[in-house]
Amino acid sequence: MQLIEQGNQEAIRRMLSAEPVLIDVVPAKEIVPGLKDRMILHAGPPITWDRMCGPMQGAIAGIIVFEGWAKDLDAALDMAAAGEIEFDPNHHHDAVGPMTGMTTVSQPMLVVENKTGGNRAYCAINEGLGKVMRFGGNDQEVLNRLAWIRDVLGPGMGGALREMGGIELKPLIARGLSMGDEMHQRNVACSGLVLRAIASSMAKTSKDATALSEALAFISANDQFHLNIAMAMGKAIMDPLRDIEGSSIVTAMSRNGTEFGIRVSGTGDEWFTAPVEMPEGLYFAGYTEADANPDMGDSTIVETIGLGGFAMGASPAVAGFVGAGAASEAANYTHRMGEICASENPEWTIPAMDYLGVPTGIDIRLVVETGIVPTINTGIAHREPGVGQVGAGVVRAPMACFEQAVRRLAEKLGIS
Amino acid sequence: MEFTLNKVLQGFYKDSVALMRLSRDLVAMEGVNEAALMIGSPSNKQILRDAGLLASEGDAAEGGDLVVAIRAKDSKAAHAAAEAIEPQIMSQTRASDDDIDWRPQSIRSAAKASPDANLALISVPGEFAAAEARKALSRGLHVMMFSDNVSVEDEIALKIQARERGLLMMGPDCGTAILDGVPLAFANNVAGGEIGIVGASGTGIQEVTTLISNNGGGISQAIGVGGRDLKNEVGGISTLLGIDRLDSDPSTSHIVLISKPPGDRVLPKILDRITESSKPFTICFIGASNFNVPANATVTRTLKEAAQSALGGKSIGSEIVSKNQVSKEGKQIRGLYSGGTLAAESQVILLDAGLEVASNAAVPGASDLKNAAGMHQIIDLGDDQYTQGRPHPMIDPEIRREPLEEAMNNPNVGVILIDIVIGFGAHPDPAGQLVSMLAGTDKKNQPEIIASITGTEQDPQIRSTQVKTLQSAGVHVADSNADAAIAALQMLRVNS
Amino acid sequence: MPSDKSQRSTLGGEIFVINVGLEKFAVELSEQNVPVIQVDWKPPAGGDTELAALLSKMGL
Repeated sequence: MQLIEQGNQEAIRRMLSAEPVLIDVVPAKEIVPGLKDRMILHAGPPITWDRMCGPMQGAIAGIIVFEGWAKDLDAALDMAAAGEIEFDPNHHHDAVGPMTGMTTVSQPMLVVENKTGGNRAYCAINEGLGKVMRFGGNDQEVLNRLAWIRDVLGPGMGGALREMGGIELKPLIARGLSMGDEMHQRNVACSGLVLRAIASSMAKTSKDATALSEALAFISANDQFHLNIAMAMGKAIMDPLRDIEGSSIVTAMSRNGTEFGIRVSGTGDEWFTAPVEMPEGLYFAGYTEADANPDMGDSTIVETIGLGGFAMGASPAVAGFVGAGAASEAANYTHRMGEICASENPEWTIPAMDYLGVPTGIDIRLVVETGIVPTINTGIAHREPGVGQVGAGVVRAPMACFEQAVRRLAEKLGIS
Repeated sequence: MEFTLNKVLQGFYKDSVALMRLSRDLVAMEGVNEAALMIGSPSNKQILRDAGLLASEGDAAEGGDLVVAIRAKDSKAAHAAAEAIEPQIMSQTRASDDDIDWRPQSIRSAAKASPDANLALISVPGEFAAAEARKALSRGLHVMMFSDNVSVEDEIALKIQARERGLLMMGPDCGTAILDGVPLAFANNVAGGEIGIVGASGTGIQEVTTLISNNGGGISQAIGVGGRDLKNEVGGISTLLGIDRLDSDPSTSHIVLISKPPGDRVLPKILDRITESSKPFTICFIGASNFNVPANATVTRTLKEAAQSALGGKSIGSEIVSKNQVSKEGKQIRGLYSGGTLAAESQVILLDAGLEVASNAAVPGASDLKNAAGMHQIIDLGDDQYTQGRPHPMIDPEIRREPLEEAMNNPNVGVILIDIVIGFGAHPDPAGQLVSMLAGTDKKNQPEIIASITGTEQDPQIRSTQVKTLQSAGVHVADSNADAAIAALQMLRVNS
Repeated sequence: MPSDKSQRSTLGGEIFVINVGLEKFAVELSEQNVPVIQVDWKPPAGGDTELAALLSKMGL
């Protein structure tokens, strides 16, 4: 099928030629297209309030209070249930968000520009580990941290990025891969690289030594700080592929805690959804599988560009979360994902796999044919709102999404 | 009484993922209600406290220490768990070999991983085989397809695709090939040489290549085309391409064609192609010889004669029983074959000697097995009716047991003919298997058993070893399948 | 016999086999030092023949 092959070649060309740069941090209301007051963008494919999982509802209550739309959590829940809030996926607004993926007007957004495609993508700043809003946390401690990010960290980073002319992300990822990150579960190297790149400009542009110290300490203490940058980057890389005729390459994978959804280049902005699966992994002290919420978040955009579960070979430490836990198994995950990808990325390579490029361009045809679904590295949220992260592991994308997408693409191409 | 035990390993570091794994293992132990291994930082100690896991020893730990915290149903269980987990804390996790070895899941990824690969050998179930072959051809791979039950339409489409790309499409139902000296699937370790073969029959190729090799000749290439290639529907596409390849191959000086008789519309095309060549040909269409033979070709009715012709007319084989030694005059021959073409060759030899022959795979002139009353019978045990849900008799000769016992006890049977096919793909010791079967049969009727061995000294089963095994059990061993059939005629006092 | 392999090549290079199906064939080739890679084959589309046929029309 010539049209599909040509479409995929173009899709891969666009992916590999992308030049993502972290250029700024800007309040969402100023920059996220279509975002309005009393509107909440969430992770995953579209979902109504009544079908949302516990952590998603908890996060929504928290962010309503944070935005000052309701005085407390109970009032916020009533408001959401009464339909007074408009919900929409991040993906419909050039944005992404981890886990619950809350995006609202006053939050500072990381801005990644794809210099080749000329497009931009946005993601809120990572709040750190533990009790945080992305895992459904919504108490005062969580809200205070968000306010500090809004008032101190966001403006500080934005000023620094503008002063230094941004951070080129492609080479940063390449270095991170050689330092043991896969950019989903493990971002410790890239977070350090970001801090190293931005620190002097932050110092130069800061007028408040205490605020600067707090900001630098916050970034230093958060091993996952870079995750949200990688996500905005992923969105910026993939959006130029969103409507290539015939292409069977996946442009987005995302979960709202209830459903897993994918979008495919040749079928434009249509979502193909299926019930989300439970992650398999390791739990923090005091928690078990019984506490886990089904898989959630837009962070799967990282796998969509060949990182995360696809780059496991670069990150043996993360392989410990699954299977027998042997580091030597890590490469198998990457090999496996290579079975379902159209190409490899020659710039993002894995030293321990003889500099094999990370698998690039998930082809829905190959997923359905081989029966191999994308492996996603993920954090695990507590099923009750407000508790936070209880573990980490991997989850499999549901095959049904890919089967639907194959049938739809065939239909669009007049193949039956 | 629930008991909380803390053990502190001072200054011991392990990464958090490893600690979570160990925690999980601990929780799974007998009598353990809750457990965690954590570095003793203030925030971790708070987590342990919240989980009811912190005891005074753990509380005293510092950031560089490892705390093993266990809450169990009693002190004994807690201590037992702590003791059991200790060696795991000290060791690394290793993968089993199976987990490390990556295997590609598809031809696509195999070809990507090994860009030098040039041949796909396909033996998946027939319903899936054509799709795999198409993928292989579209990646520029030659294809040998052992799978059968592929539709004629698919076969034609694949062969046309291969022709357009200048690739070999051997099969479907191709069991034997020798390319560049490499025996593929069911093939033998034969000497290299100047004789090239194109064959629609696996055992036919095996018999001819081994007879050539055992008698001083050698093989350049043996290209299989699959049993249906010379039928009218398929039109000999792969046979013609195979001839082209050998015709232009400087290391091939003589070309042998082996097949059942071709379709009437295909035969002229093949003969025309042979006429175009400047090389000498030997044509063995098993029993068919009534056509106009090109000047550069010799036609033979049997595989043995084909080998002799390819060797320049050299006479091969020898008599295995002196004419007067055994007499089975008036008795019947019963052939129990694993190789279909060997069964056909024997039928031709018996028919040419004027005998009435019945077979489940009858050649022209032979009767159907249903009308076998009083006739000599040649049975192809590789036929579908015997192999449904069972391995082919060349892989596992067990299928032969029942008909062998029947023949041994049948007072009308005087001679049993058996083919032993060795080489790659075949059973590791088919002669030994036959001998053990014979040991279990009633010998009161005592028919003579004549076997031939298709194979060479260099084959894994070693021809001479197989011969000795058979002879030790009183089985006569012929130098070729044809010689075995001729010996049977002699025992029946029939002039061949 | 392996010594003259290099002089005759009908495949345009040293034979290198991708084996799809019976593993015995790959094992025997490997024992003869013939390069071979075994495919861990499964029926396409989990054995759903209708879906597999659709995929094949889509160029797989």
